[in-house]
Amino acid sequence: MQLTLWTYEGPPHIGAMRIATAMRGLHYVLHAPQGDTYADLLFTMIERRDARPPVTYTTFQARDLGADTAAIFQNAVAEAYERFRPEAMIVGASCTAELIQDDPGGLARALDLPIPVIPLELPAYQKKENWGASETFYRLVRALAGGDRALRTERRPICNILGPTALGFRHRDDLIEITRIIAALGIDVNVVAPLGAAPADLGRLGAADFNVVLYPEIARAAALHLQKTFGQPMVETVPIGVRATIRFVEEVAALAGVDPAPVLAGAPSRLPWYSRSVDSTYLTDKRVFIFGDATHALAAARIAAAELGFRVVGLGTYTREFAREVRAEAALHGIEATITDDYLDVEAAIQAAQPDLVLGTQMERHIAKRMGLPCAVISAPIHVQDFPARHSPQMGFEGANVIFDTWVHPLMMGLEEHLLGMFREDAEFHGGAAPSHLPRHGVDPAPVVVEAPAAQAEPILLTWATDAEKELKKIPFFVRGKARANTERFARERALPLITVETLYDAKAHFGR
Amino acid sequence: MNAHAPLPSLGTGCDIRQERGQRAVFCGLTGIVWLHRKIQDAFFLVVGSRTCAHLIQSAAGVMIFAEPRFATAILDERDLAGLVDANEELDRVVRRLIERRPDIRLLFLVGSCPSEVIKLDLPRAAQRLSRSFHPEVRVLSYSGSGIETTFTQGEDACLASLVPEMPRAAEGAPPSLLVVGALADVVEDQFARLFSELGIADVAFLPARRAGALPAVGANTRMLLAQPFLAETARVLEARGATRIAAPFPLGAEGTTGWLEAAAEAFGVRPDHFARVTAPGRARAAVALDLYRERLAAKRVFFFPDSQLELPLARFLSREMGAELIEVGTPYLHRQHHAPELALLPAGTQVVEGQNLDAQMDRCRAARPDLTICGLGLANPLEAEGLATKWSIELLFTPIQGYDQAGDLAELFARPLKRRARLEV
Repeated sequence: MQLTLWTYEGPPHIGAMRIATAMRGLHYVLHAPQGDTYADLLFTMIERRDARPPVTYTTFQARDLGADTAAIFQNAVAEAYERFRPEAMIVGASCTAELIQDDPGGLARALDLPIPVIPLELPAYQKKENWGASETFYRLVRALAGGDRALRTERRPICNILGPTALGFRHRDDLIEITRIIAALGIDVNVVAPLGAAPADLGRLGAADFNVVLYPEIARAAALHLQKTFGQPMVETVPIGVRATIRFVEEVAALAGVDPAPVLAGAPSRLPWYSRSVDSTYLTDKRVFIFGDATHALAAARIAAAELGFRVVGLGTYTREFAREVRAEAALHGIEATITDDYLDVEAAIQAAQPDLVLGTQMERHIAKRMGLPCAVISAPIHVQDFPARHSPQMGFEGANVIFDTWVHPLMMGLEEHLLGMFREDAEFHGGAAPSHLPRHGVDPAPVVVEAPAAQAEPILLTWATDAEKELKKIPFFVRGKARANTERFARERALPLITVETLYDAKAHFGR
Repeated sequence: MNAHAPLPSLGTGCDIRQERGQRAVFCGLTGIVWLHRKIQDAFFLVVGSRTCAHLIQSAAGVMIFAEPRFATAILDERDLAGLVDANEELDRVVRRLIERRPDIRLLFLVGSCPSEVIKLDLPRAAQRLSRSFHPEVRVLSYSGSGIETTFTQGEDACLASLVPEMPRAAEGAPPSLLVVGALADVVEDQFARLFSELGIADVAFLPARRAGALPAVGANTRMLLAQPFLAETARVLEARGATRIAAPFPLGAEGTTGWLEAAAEAFGVRPDHFARVTAPGRARAAVALDLYRERLAAKRVFFFPDSQLELPLARFLSREMGAELIEVGTPYLHRQHHAPELALLPAGTQVVEGQNLDAQMDRCRAARPDLTICGLGLANPLEAEGLATKWSIELLFTPIQGYDQAGDLAELFARPLKRRARLEV
């Protein structure tokens, strides 16, 4: 039993949903009680998807437990097939259904549907979301992969891109960047999966010369299977940061037998010059704490140290599967890695490291906010604001540009920092002040000053009754200023010298929101 | 799964039927999101799976990251395999929590689907822990599991668990009023002022804002439900002698008047005095509602089942704002508690209890309502199909009860329509 305030990863069936939702023509029947349907909102609210995930939940209840939950599951599979007519289905159980041991795989098989039905065994009490995504993708690839490679002499090189999912941190934009690079190298893309792929597309995976693995947490297992089955080598270098992108381009070019030089020519990313420009000298040795999934945490550590000149004072991940790699990277920075999925441990590590900047997940964003530290988000778990409307990749040369901007923006600018050092007692520039280009948080905004209309000869002196003042404090701070101004305007217009609780609500009713 | 059973309509003129099938609703754990703010020195410890923890943080979003007063004790394989005594594990986790948070006065152990299925005896664990932390911390338990509770039923289960802790009112004490159901503090204060002006002296609220301030209950207690989802709480309060005052729920001006009037009648308040005390509130609500009536009048509205607030909300939209009701879904319909609401709904209102999601979505699409009230999971997909939606969880997080919030309630429904009219892209 583990005491958890916040969890970095959902249960493994959420990982399966990320695969199913990323794909087309695939349906997931999940044996689960009604509360598990909350998962829909991850996709429809946080990622702003315009359709429900292709998931049918059985939503069994307590009264069904004594009866026949297996029949409920079988009905759900049959009805989902009839309604959605998918090309393939995945079936499985969430944590509660795992305990009642109904065998979703066997029950679905017994229906003898005319499509592939792939059972998922996702042990909810051992494993987590990314493992669930990886396992689901692997099972799908294992069940459906096929296809033949045409003779190399008669065509351009061709590859698969594996890993992007629904609800992934910037997967949408990373894919655009990487596809652009691969096209510029003169390489064709056979299949992108799971994002946008149909089950039939997985049937063509074997036609590629090699695989590009963008997110090892999700696609490595499937790529290993393809390597074994189809003899396809894989590129595992994650192209986040300038140097990693260059290495990625070189490796892809080598596998495809093409020349990387045209793609690397000139200055494909602005990051190197921005980092070398004298304005950036104040970034030198900024203490940075990094936590996230292994892919993004490792990349962030390398970029921070070698591409921005920061000092990495903390590095960690919640992805235990990649703990070894993260420990090795931490050792290069002379520190001990924080390998944990306990939010409180991370909070303690940040406190101990005393960083100038935190690069983390939405959890670290909140830790940083509480500690008054600048922060940028580099990894899932993420929230709605981490799905920006603009193109905002992490990968490729444009990704490096985005990273430079995103990480530098929360910091106080160089000259401002100097001024702070010189005039410590200044009302505006002092130790507790936020960078002047950022909004302040949690400060009661000054009430809006209401000018009395010109026609009014003598302004009325308004007094707030104590209970009205108290009532006003119950209004959230961000609308309190407006409420005060409206109430005073209301009172002034009616020549009411004393503002009572009644006046407050009369004004509220009058103005609406 | 699609059996429609027509029910006797209680002579209300509503067409009530039941539906079974896939549901798209939260479980009772979600109530923690507002309850942990309402009872200021309580802490909620869910005993469940990673899914439970993920649900609460996803439903809660990020707004309450600051200092959560809830957590999950995540069951792992060892707890299930019996390798360790789950009870010992639970004690260890609770000890760690209370060390970390010495400000906790009341701890709820909250049961979940997995803890119910493996039959972890949380009421017994609560008794044991209560003894060991006495007198600093009281430990209670209730179930918020999705196999037993839907969304707001979690609050019902939580409040019901408080009832045995309430002190016994003295025999022959004068009648007292107990308002039941979590309300925003500002709303609670408004109601307290109104009751005091009406001359009802002894008024208490459940839940109280602090764990130690539980009101007394006994044969003298008249309870007035402020929320429509409190079946179990009302039942256990009745078992302790309280009498329920039948009333519509205090949503909208009419609902608020009906609700206050029922209490006033039970306490012998003279009608002219009642009219005098409520006149300013009624007048303000009338002004406030006028601002939104044009926007909502004749709009066709469809409710998906969610919080059990659907019937009173539908009654408000229909009678006070002039909206037309296409279908009013509710996860569960308490026939007695809702009788005054059913009586006020227009004849022929389609009330659907329970859910069969895909069929209901088909009906909604076919009806093309002007406004659909639904859960978070459905809102964006329906918007993408061109339907304006109001996500219903906001109705639990916003002060909407009483005269001075009637305008805010109307505004919540009007805003999606206003926004659609405003946007030119």
